[in-house]
Amino acid sequence: MVDTFSASVSAPARVDLLLMADMIAPGAKVLDVGCGDGTLLKILADTKGIDGRGIELSREGVNGCVAKGLSVVQGDADTDLADYPDDGFDYVVLSQTLQATRRPKEVLEHLLRIGRKAIVSFPNFGHWRIRSQIAFRGRMPVTENLSYSWYDTPNIHFCTIRDFVALCDEVDARIERATALDRTGRPVRMNLPWSVWNLLGEQAVFLLSRKD
Amino acid sequence: MSRPHAAVAASANEADQPTSLVLRFGAERPLALDGGGSIGPWQIAYQTYGTLNADRSNAVLVCHALTGDQHVANIHPVTGKPGWWESLIGPGKPVDTDRFFVICSNVLGGCMGTTGPASLRADGDGPHAVDFPVVTIRDMVRAQAALVDHLGIESLFCVVGGSMGGMQVLQWAASYPDRVFSALPLATGAKHSAQNIAFHEVGRQAVMADPDWKAGRYILEGTRPEKGLAVARMAAHITYLSEPALHRKFGRKLQERSAPTFSFDADFEVESYLRYQGRSFVERFDANSYLYLTRAMDYFDLAADYDGALVKAFKGTKTRFCIASFTSDWLFPSSDSRAIVHALNASGASVSFVEIETDKGHDAFLLEEPVLFATTRGFIDAAARARGLDGTGKL
Repeated sequence: MVDTFSASVSAPARVDLLLMADMIAPGAKVLDVGCGDGTLLKILADTKGIDGRGIELSREGVNGCVAKGLSVVQGDADTDLADYPDDGFDYVVLSQTLQATRRPKEVLEHLLRIGRKAIVSFPNFGHWRIRSQIAFRGRMPVTENLSYSWYDTPNIHFCTIRDFVALCDEVDARIERATALDRTGRPVRMNLPWSVWNLLGEQAVFLLSRKD
Repeated sequence: MSRPHAAVAASANEADQPTSLVLRFGAERPLALDGGGSIGPWQIAYQTYGTLNADRSNAVLVCHALTGDQHVANIHPVTGKPGWWESLIGPGKPVDTDRFFVICSNVLGGCMGTTGPASLRADGDGPHAVDFPVVTIRDMVRAQAALVDHLGIESLFCVVGGSMGGMQVLQWAASYPDRVFSALPLATGAKHSAQNIAFHEVGRQAVMADPDWKAGRYILEGTRPEKGLAVARMAAHITYLSEPALHRKFGRKLQERSAPTFSFDADFEVESYLRYQGRSFVERFDANSYLYLTRAMDYFDLAADYDGALVKAFKGTKTRFCIASFTSDWLFPSSDSRAIVHALNASGASVSFVEIETDKGHDAFLLEEPVLFATTRGFIDAAARARGLDGTGKL
């Protein structure tokens, strides 16, 4: 299924959504934080019959979602997650948004508090292309998937896969599943040490739960 | 002295003999009021559109705002103008009268046929005037529930309204959670702010300062506090707009003249516009009704009925909510809507919230706003699917 996608700019994002959808049980209650135009919620509603809710910062995104019949509120992951009750959802999804939050650690703690499971995807700043741009060109990296210049990027808190693993440990999150995606959006299927995924993965998808 | 006017005469009749359906309750079926006591006999005037289906599951209740009435989607019997929400309600519109049975009633305390200060007392001693009890938003909703009972509707498919209508929507969802399948409170808040109370007080004082108000007994005295009510309307109308909208519409343009007249004539277009708004309002609205309805809004504080915690008003609710606010609305700013959204999230409710970008201010909910229509249509269609109401129009 994954292999049918061409390596277009949008393909890695779509693969990331499908991988996440795979992790979610049918009929579950799901909160998608930063749900964009509602693509993942729509996939989940149509294929898994989930009870979905979304939070989205952009007005256009929210309007599009509500017009599609999705339950989405305009809001900010940094400020609005505090209003959600403990264990309100089976899954809380944070797709390609962690790096754009002001307080990623607090956001991650909220995800684990609100959802019995959290699914987080993010671009890996440890990928070899990014490392080499800094190492050899001495410039902040600009890649196909991270196309912003340093001065106008919304991505203010980049991390590497290893950084994220360390943060999981710090917030007492159990890593139930983790997948790195390569440049074409395909999962790096081999079971490799974090250090290799950290070099080869352009993105990562983690399924987390609380350790308690 | 007030001028005799055909529209004025028509609107006076509307208070007791409205051009509407009327449900009358005798003295043996009084309506209990939040302020203590009750009122009876009483009546509620309403309009319906579309057809109630066999399951009685496709009813939509529209709640009108402060100066609205039940004529939501038909020619107004007093002004001759189209219904006040025909942009949203009608055949093929987001609230599609080909699919839904739409009910809109005049609020308690109003002047278009539901019992209010201009209605005649049962003892034949003229209109209630200021002896009419002060009513609340919850009283209005209790009166609507009696109408919905009478129509044999156990559960409403949707309750929708903006501003004071939105307050009623929230009250419906809190008071009768099992009777509201979906709720659309627009440009509203769970409480009236200090600033809003302040503006209302200016309006009330303008009415009461008019010598023709006659301590509230102007109908018996044969006068009408038209000047006071017009000033109240003019002041309120400014709060329904926004500075950018006023600038776009009028700027500093002069009214049919090329230079200022160095007088207090309406030199500016914006003055002329406000004067017109005031004049046309008094033709169709009762001044005492204006006092009572503004008071009802001021008293509204939904959380206060639930130990100060709005979340408790919606605890365990199964109602699907869609809330919309407008960026330039400074009467019910987006922060008011967000407070409702936060409470609904905390109670685990299904809620959508959109803030719509517009310079049209509070009145935007009544105007052509494509994003509002797309949003409400998407929400209502999704709720209709969830309710098992098919989209074919077959009932």
